[in-house]
Amino acid sequence: MGFMVICSLYINKISILLSSHFCILTSRMSLFQVNVRDALNHAMDEELERDERVFLLGEEVAQYDGAYKVSRGLWKKYGDKRIIDTPITEVKTNTLAGVQSQHNISLSQYFELACRHLSSCAVTMVTRANQKPFFCISPQTVVFLENELMYGVPFELSEEVMHKDFVVPIGKAKVERQGTHISLVSHSRCVGFCLDAAAVLAKEGVECEVVNLRTIRPLDVETIEASVIKTGHLVTVEGGWPQYGVGAEICARIMEGPAFNYLDAPAVRVTGVDIPMPYAKILEDHSVPQIKDIIFSVKKVLNM
Amino acid sequence: MECFIHASCGSTSGSVAMFCLVSRLFTPPFLTAASMVVSSRSYADFTPEATFDIKKVDLHRLEEGPPLTATLTREEGLKYYRTMQTIRRMELKADQLYKQKIIRGFCHLYDGQEACAVGIEGGITLSDHLITAYRAHGYTLTRGGTVREIMAELTGRRGGIAKGKGGSMHMYTKNFYGGNGIVGAQVPLGAGVALACKYLGNDQLCVSLYGDGAANQGQIFETYNMSSLWKLPIIFICENNQYGMGTSVERSSASTEYYKRGDYIPGLRVDGMDVLCVREATKFAADHCRSGKGPILMELQTYRYHGHSMSDPGVSYRTREEIQEVRSKSDPISMLKDRMLSNNMASIEELKEIDIAVRKEIEDAAQFATTDPEPPLDDLCSHIFATDQPFDVRGATPWTKLTSTS
Repeated sequence: MGFMVICSLYINKISILLSSHFCILTSRMSLFQVNVRDALNHAMDEELERDERVFLLGEEVAQYDGAYKVSRGLWKKYGDKRIIDTPITEVKTNTLAGVQSQHNISLSQYFELACRHLSSCAVTMVTRANQKPFFCISPQTVVFLENELMYGVPFELSEEVMHKDFVVPIGKAKVERQGTHISLVSHSRCVGFCLDAAAVLAKEGVECEVVNLRTIRPLDVETIEASVIKTGHLVTVEGGWPQYGVGAEICARIMEGPAFNYLDAPAVRVTGVDIPMPYAKILEDHSVPQIKDIIFSVKKVLNM
Repeated sequence: MECFIHASCGSTSGSVAMFCLVSRLFTPPFLTAASMVVSSRSYADFTPEATFDIKKVDLHRLEEGPPLTATLTREEGLKYYRTMQTIRRMELKADQLYKQKIIRGFCHLYDGQEACAVGIEGGITLSDHLITAYRAHGYTLTRGGTVREIMAELTGRRGGIAKGKGGSMHMYTKNFYGGNGIVGAQVPLGAGVALACKYLGNDQLCVSLYGDGAANQGQIFETYNMSSLWKLPIIFICENNQYGMGTSVERSSASTEYYKRGDYIPGLRVDGMDVLCVREATKFAADHCRSGKGPILMELQTYRYHGHSMSDPGVSYRTREEIQEVRSKSDPISMLKDRMLSNNMASIEELKEIDIAVRKEIEDAAQFATTDPEPPLDDLCSHIFATDQPFDVRGATPWTKLTSTS
């Protein structure tokens, strides 16, 4: 499967944290190196500390410290009542509105299952550590997807972001890089690739605007439209399959909305190859979008 | 290991038996009745066949179970020994290659559980079907795969059993359906295969394996229901190795009597470390299915020496002492070896030679697996469907058109 993003409940065996806060925003200052795993760990720790009604439930989250060690230390700190190991099951009780996780990478089966069981689920992707405060919780249920390949990747965080009250809203995309010639709209691990591609293209005088969706549903159409209206060109980038994917939805929305009139060329999707994910390294590398694919597409769209 | 030995030497007379018994009383302890009789009759150097006591099997909804003794011929013994040793060494080699980062991704090792794969295969035939979860390297071998193909698949090369595209969890051979990543999902698939067997009336059956971790999955109970209702020729086998990832059975299951979980389905709880025990139970179960009585459930009590997968050291949720104890008291290969040696069914030298041959086979396979090239890029989109018409596949960009062939 081309999709590199995995349901956290899924591969990470961590269920949704329940609480009833709503979230607020802030920014800036000096820098810390934090990897995604630790960022997630800190975020969960903060929420558990903040509100006693928050608990963590999932496979191997307690005594094993998490299948990918994301919940390391939490059981020791908070104990049995708040950090709960579950048997392996498919579907958690609806009261928790949690989707139980499996330990593998096939997103499709479980994601659909998840969304059928959750009413209006907000689906968020975290890939960059500065989104750690994504454990921002709303009265709605949130499905949080983590890309396991990113767990060990470090990012720089400002002191502000490290603060326990820093939160980030659900449903708001972020413009990671300002640009004028073309909009690259992406999520999860591909955002990093977009930024790399943008750096290469900048040397040729092409300034790409990189938009990190952060939330898949609700999609921040305003930010995407604003970007497309500004640049007049759009390339969406995702790890998933093309058919019925995030990029397809974005293109459809752009067509149906005001931004269409500002497009100087058709919008294009860069996606995973439409095949089951192969195992051999060389094949795997070629079944997901690479930086060169993004650069190629940008040049095609800009008629370079 | 308590075994009362009856040597069967071809001729069958009460006097021979009496002689054996009498000689046993008067011979020095290290000479068995078998060797006494053999040397006096100048027969082949080794005992061709011996019968062993095996542990009684716990029964659920069954009046009778498998026999309490099992007969092992010398050929069978050597075959089981070699196969188990091959699985053991292959898994250890995979461990080594993984640590060298030559194998990547998921890798779930089977060492400790060899008696299950080998014993099951001893109770069925290659025309029967088998499906299991991801701890599948041992089964890939017993079901007809070669060590070379298996190791090359682990390293993702074109000589792999799935052409390098499947990896550890997606290996297949004839009548072996993998190799399945989703916990428990293979069990309903197994029922489907059993349905096909019944539909085609070919007297074949399907063995559907799962672990103690998967045993609580809802889909397994759905499968129990359908297979019972339609009397499908399916043997459910729960390989209970005491731990589902890092969770012990007591912490995951309200009832740890997995052989009873089928409720209306008859069940057996078997010592999964004894290859003969497993074989006899499988034969019994196979007869049950083939006679049209419907499904049957076997719980094999076994143990894995490695952690759940290569990312798990396996000692955070259990003690090293526990692992050591199982290794010294219940290792399946040692158990078989002791039985054969103490009954003069093979010599130490002979078994050592087998060990050396196995080691060489594994080394050669590892060599192949590390030097065989990766699959060609042209193959990226191939083998998706079993059709002969090539078709277009969208690549990473709309301008990248790839072709899929079969």
